[in-house]
Amino acid sequence: MINYIWFFLIITGIIVSLINGNVEVINTVVIQDTQEAVKFAIGLTGIMAVWLGLMNIAEKSGLIKAFARLLRPVTSFLFPNIPKDHPAISAIVMNMVTNMFGAGNSATALGLKAMEEMDKLNTNKKRATNAMCMFLVINMSSVQLVPLTVLKIRSDAGALNPTEIIGTSLIATTISTVVGIISAKLLQSGR
Amino acid sequence: MVTILSIISVSIIPFIITIILVHGYIKGVNLYDEFVEGAKGGFKTALKIMPYLIAIFVAIGIFKRSGAMGLFVNIISPITDILGVPKEVVPLIIMKPISGSGSLAVVKDIVTTYGPESFAGRVASTMMGSAETIFYTMAVYFGAVGIKDSRHTLPAALISHLAAVIASVLVCRVVF
Repeated sequence: MINYIWFFLIITGIIVSLINGNVEVINTVVIQDTQEAVKFAIGLTGIMAVWLGLMNIAEKSGLIKAFARLLRPVTSFLFPNIPKDHPAISAIVMNMVTNMFGAGNSATALGLKAMEEMDKLNTNKKRATNAMCMFLVINMSSVQLVPLTVLKIRSDAGALNPTEIIGTSLIATTISTVVGIISAKLLQSGR
Repeated sequence: MVTILSIISVSIIPFIITIILVHGYIKGVNLYDEFVEGAKGGFKTALKIMPYLIAIFVAIGIFKRSGAMGLFVNIISPITDILGVPKEVVPLIIMKPISGSGSLAVVKDIVTTYGPESFAGRVASTMMGSAETIFYTMAVYFGAVGIKDSRHTLPAALISHLAAVIASVLVCRVVF
């Protein structure tokens, strides 16, 4: 799937730039945007290392197990194929929590850790498990309790009440997450 | 309510760190050594996701900068009209699944052009706070563990995105 999207984005982009007569933007992308990608990945290294270090401590101390046990009712419904007390559960939950509180890069680090843990349970390494699909669907529709950047944009634009959209965002995101979970459950067939 | 949430947002990471360290200390874990041991994996993961990041950045960059994005918005706007989505918000609906920083720029544009208290401005702000970027997340997360077949992830994510769009419009209509 991503194969087609990737091809489509690039080819239509090149064709449109030919028609518009601004082919030079392609060069800008190749030279500059790629640098951004590298910068981002390097930047993620530090945060990734911090969370992986902390998660290792939490694993050794038994905190992860305790945490996973606490959230079992929810996680066993969403991820029935992940064994209870598995480290994947805590990484998933911590990803959700950090996501909710807008710590984007920390959330990514923990999310990647969750994917690695889930992959240990994967029998077909090329194919996503139900748990991975469910995790990503929730991750992609997840809410930020305080969307700081949006609030900043609104107050910069002179909003009388920049925060009035927090409530509406919460409702909208809850609906989209529930729809996402239902879709993922319905679309999954077998293991 | 908002200030409480802001305070929690700022202190959530220090809070988690404190809990992990104090619990580890009480249980007699060798904190420093275990931290370093775990942290070693950080560089490996970053290196692993880098090619995926570059692939996505290139595709999105070309699509956006060439003007193909704008063209796509024009094509799709008759469909979104039926759903009652304000025309001004359509670029955001396309951009949101593709790029986070790109959609932030779109929100900024909508809010400054039409005003934060306009219907379009409110819907755009609501939408921005209620969904994540799909293609980037999928590419990076699946890339990190070498998954080729993402199965039903994309369809489910797109359905969820559509739900977020419709819900944002409806909720704003009801609330404001």
